[in-house]
Amino acid sequence: MLLSFENLSLTLRGRKILDTISGQFQPGRVTVILGANGAGKSSLLSCLSGLREPKSGSVTLDDRALLSLNGKKRGRMIGLLPQRPDIHWNVDVRTIVGLGRLPHSGRWGMSAADHDAVARAMEATDCADLAERKAMRLSGGEQGRVLLARVLAGEPQWLLADEPLASLDPAHQFDVLERLKNYAAAGKGVIVVLHDLTQAARFADDIMVMKEGAILAAGPRNEVMTADIMAQAYGVEVQIGTSDTGEPLVVPVRRL
Amino acid sequence: MKNVRLNALLAMGLIIVMILSLAAGKVWVSPAAWLGDDLSALIIMELRLPRTVLGAAIGAALGMAGATMQGYLRNPLADPGVFGVSASAALGAVTSLYFGYAVTAWLLPAFALAGAGIGMGLLALLAGRSGSLILFTLAGVILSSLAGSLTSLMISLAPTPFATTEIVTWLMGALTDRSWDDVQLAVPIIAAGMVFLFATGRSLDALTLGEDAARSMGVNISRLQWFAVLGVGLTVGASVAAAGIIGFVGLIVPHLVRPFAGHQPSAVLLPSALAGALLVVGADSIVRILPSVSELRLGIAMSLLGAPFFMALLFKMHRELS
Repeated sequence: MLLSFENLSLTLRGRKILDTISGQFQPGRVTVILGANGAGKSSLLSCLSGLREPKSGSVTLDDRALLSLNGKKRGRMIGLLPQRPDIHWNVDVRTIVGLGRLPHSGRWGMSAADHDAVARAMEATDCADLAERKAMRLSGGEQGRVLLARVLAGEPQWLLADEPLASLDPAHQFDVLERLKNYAAAGKGVIVVLHDLTQAARFADDIMVMKEGAILAAGPRNEVMTADIMAQAYGVEVQIGTSDTGEPLVVPVRRL
Repeated sequence: MKNVRLNALLAMGLIIVMILSLAAGKVWVSPAAWLGDDLSALIIMELRLPRTVLGAAIGAALGMAGATMQGYLRNPLADPGVFGVSASAALGAVTSLYFGYAVTAWLLPAFALAGAGIGMGLLALLAGRSGSLILFTLAGVILSSLAGSLTSLMISLAPTPFATTEIVTWLMGALTDRSWDDVQLAVPIIAAGMVFLFATGRSLDALTLGEDAARSMGVNISRLQWFAVLGVGLTVGASVAAAGIIGFVGLIVPHLVRPFAGHQPSAVLLPSALAGALLVVGADSIVRILPSVSELRLGIAMSLLGAPFFMALLFKMHRELS
């Protein structure tokens, strides 16, 4: 299933946030969206997940317009992990993860299939031992895992994550990215907004770079992660190399 | 369904307290005499039973409205009284008293419902969508002081001393001398409102993760908002119309219930209704048997009980934040 957007424009309070952009995402791959603050990354994600209606243009899943689907159907197709981890009531972890089944479950609670999906999601994110814990008593890293499990529990065809690494230490960053990678390997589409260029270079299959509401570059990682494109996108000079064991390193060295 | 045992326990407690409240009063009427055809049976059937039924309905309405508002706003301090919805309903009702419309039985409730609906709608409009605790609290404070001062204006401009007294005593909130007519008017509206409130449950759960996450899972936020506004407007409007302002029920009850029911918003709704009914019927029985010259008004008793509770809650939040 292909997720694509065509001539997408979005205006907020008279300011152009997205300026007639088009593109598409492949399932089975991790696409990382890069770009400076205010480049329009989060706005693109909210259009792709159907939260915002673009001023013009359209988002399509295969050949169906995203906004023609009802909320529940859309929720089964596209899972969104919003930027800020938001947990307002001190409910237990199992309940939080269970909320991810809302697009699937009927009015009167969860089916056996729902419980299975919740168990699988908690397994995949190592949350099983947290199941009875209260969500607000968790550490930042644990909360990140639980909220990821919540999205995974919905088993969406497309998983959209907005800066899932914010406030995570390096070990937990690897954990989250590894899980997203596994999800893509299972044939689902994964789209992630990141700010860490090294992590992007390491985990992305494809990279899309945004600047001022437009798409500066998009394509396979090696074609897009170049010093030239990064300089244009962020206004910084970057050095691109490899670690002793062969992983890519992308280090910003100075402002241009 | 969660909390089956808790709900069953609360329902049993409610029935026991309702029976006690029928027996208790200036004279104790033992259940044996309830179904006769002498004077004590008349007291039970025509005076105490409608009062108890109305008390239970109003308690359930306020408890559930409080639980829904707290869930919708993701704010544990939300309450129709604290945030001015009750005051708006009262303003509506006072307006009808001021103009003497209250002679027609359904006009006062209609005005109160309109007041509550407008109040809740304004709150939702001003701050509901942002989920910002500060913005909403401020909106509530302003709404309740605006409604309060307009009510005072009505009182000071009242055409006759009779109207003034009528407004002032009515404002203090009580279940004294309520009849089956009041029950017939209030209970169907409260029931309708509670259907709307109950239907918000799953959406409120989803809001636990914030509005974006909830919407991404297919929750229709504007439908939820309408249900909350209608539900709170109907329940609180009908309650205020029937008994004046009885504050703090919606604030206290969900907090009392959460340690047993858990924090999941949908799981708090039904227990809050049952516990609210229990609280109001119980408190009303106590003000009735207190040995005072004239009966203590229920609304005043609840405020005396509720304000310290609110302060204790703030202290607890303060400790948790620091």
